[in-house]
Order: sequence, then structure tokens, then C-alpha cells
Amino acid sequence: MNGANSTGDAVRDPAFETELQHLRPTLLRFALLHLRDEQSAEDVVQDTFLAALQGRGKFAGRAQLKTWLVAILRNKIVDRIRQRGREAPLPGLDEDEGDADAFDALFAADGHWQEKPAAWGNPEASLQQSRFYDVLELCMKALPENLCRVFTMREILEMETEEICKELQISTSNCWVVLYRARMRLRECLQLRWFGEGVPAE
Amino acid sequence: MKTCKEVHRLVIEGQDRQLSRMERISVRIHLMMCGACRRFEAQMGFLRQALRRFPGD
Repeated sequence: MNGANSTGDAVRDPAFETELQHLRPTLLRFALLHLRDEQSAEDVVQDTFLAALQGRGKFAGRAQLKTWLVAILRNKIVDRIRQRGREAPLPGLDEDEGDADAFDALFAADGHWQEKPAAWGNPEASLQQSRFYDVLELCMKALPENLCRVFTMREILEMETEEICKELQISTSNCWVVLYRARMRLRECLQLRWFGEGVPAE
Repeated sequence: MKTCKEVHRLVIEGQDRQLSRMERISVRIHLMMCGACRRFEAQMGFLRQALRRFPGD
């Protein structure tokens, strides 16, 4: 008797469970970034572990364990957002976010760049460094909460813009403006904190 | 002929909505001639790629 109340976990696998435990902090942080609520983050990570234990056979080492778990977790988070979105619309997202010309400063009156965008070199070089993802996370967290929420739904959870607008009950044009601002801020932050200092060689 | 400001706006909007055929063509033509906007477009592409891989392997 092993207390199993669901199918598929009749065989215990301590080594696998240890690996899951090891990845728990990373997954929690990822969930928290999207859900911003510790309890919900705990819940989705637990659901992910349950799914992982049940679907252990399907995993079979084809991908990195972390990549596989993040894929499961992402779906759980999207489900959670879908449930939640209908209950609680995004606070503080209204017309004052519609100031689309906030980045006018980037351009001269004649429509040319004030300061030309820098070359970011070979992207692969950055994407292979774990420190890069720390900086990326830092930059996402530095976004105002509503920007961060819409943006991560779009880019990390890969939801369609239409659906995001619907879930959060905001207009399509407002949604675009929010995404626009988030992208510009993130770009600025990466320029400053990553590409500005130790730009990886091309 | 579109300005850099207009093209930058279309490049960024193109991340979230399907641009019209005319918009796409005018962006392409501008990018052929403008290195600064090409770099900006590359930055946007990089951002997307990075976020799809987040939190890294």
C-alpha cells in the first residue's frame, strides 16, 4: 500500500523525486513571476509534479527534465490564468496606459533615431549563459505589474493577443500599447544591464 | 516613404498583430536601406527568442 489515489504512480522512484525537488525553486520562481501569488504558485508547481510523476513514462529523457517540466508548468499556469482572469480583471489598466507616444523621445522631429539601436551581437552567445536569464528575469520584474503580466502572458505563456485582451477585459488597442511599452522597457533594460557591459563576442 | 519612427512602430506591432500586406512591404523596403531599423528589428527577434527559452536549459 503506497497511498496512491491516482493512476500511474504505483512505482515509486526516489531518484526522480529528488530531481524534481531539486528543480522546485526554479519552477516556483517561474510560476510566481506569472501568478504573483505564492499560494497559486505552490499549487501549480504541485500539479506539475503530479503530472510529471504520472507521465514519467512519456518523458523518457528525450528533453532536459527542466525543459519538460517548464512546458507542463506553463500549461498549468495558463489554465490558472484562464480561471482567474474571468474572476479578477487586471487592476490599474486603463486609458492612462494609452499614452502611446511615450517613446517619442527616441526619435527626432523628422522621424529619425535620436540614438541608433546598438548591435546585440550573436544572440546564441547570450542565450547559452544562465546569467543572461537572471538579468532577463530581473528586467521583467522591473516592469510595472500590469505590463509584466500582459507581456509574460504573451511572450512566455505564448497566448494570443486576442485571448489576453479577453481574459483581462481590456481593449485590443490598449493591449497593444501595453505590449509595446513592455517591449521597449525590456529592450532598454537589457541594453543597460546586459549588452551595455559584458557584451558577448560576436 | 516611411520614417524610422513609423517603421519602428510597425516592427513592434508586428510582434502582436498581423501587419497588412502594404505595411509589410513598406517595412521591408525601409529595412533594406536602414541599418538602425534593421538592428532594432533584430533586437525584437532576439527578445522573442530569449523569452521562449526562459528560464534557460
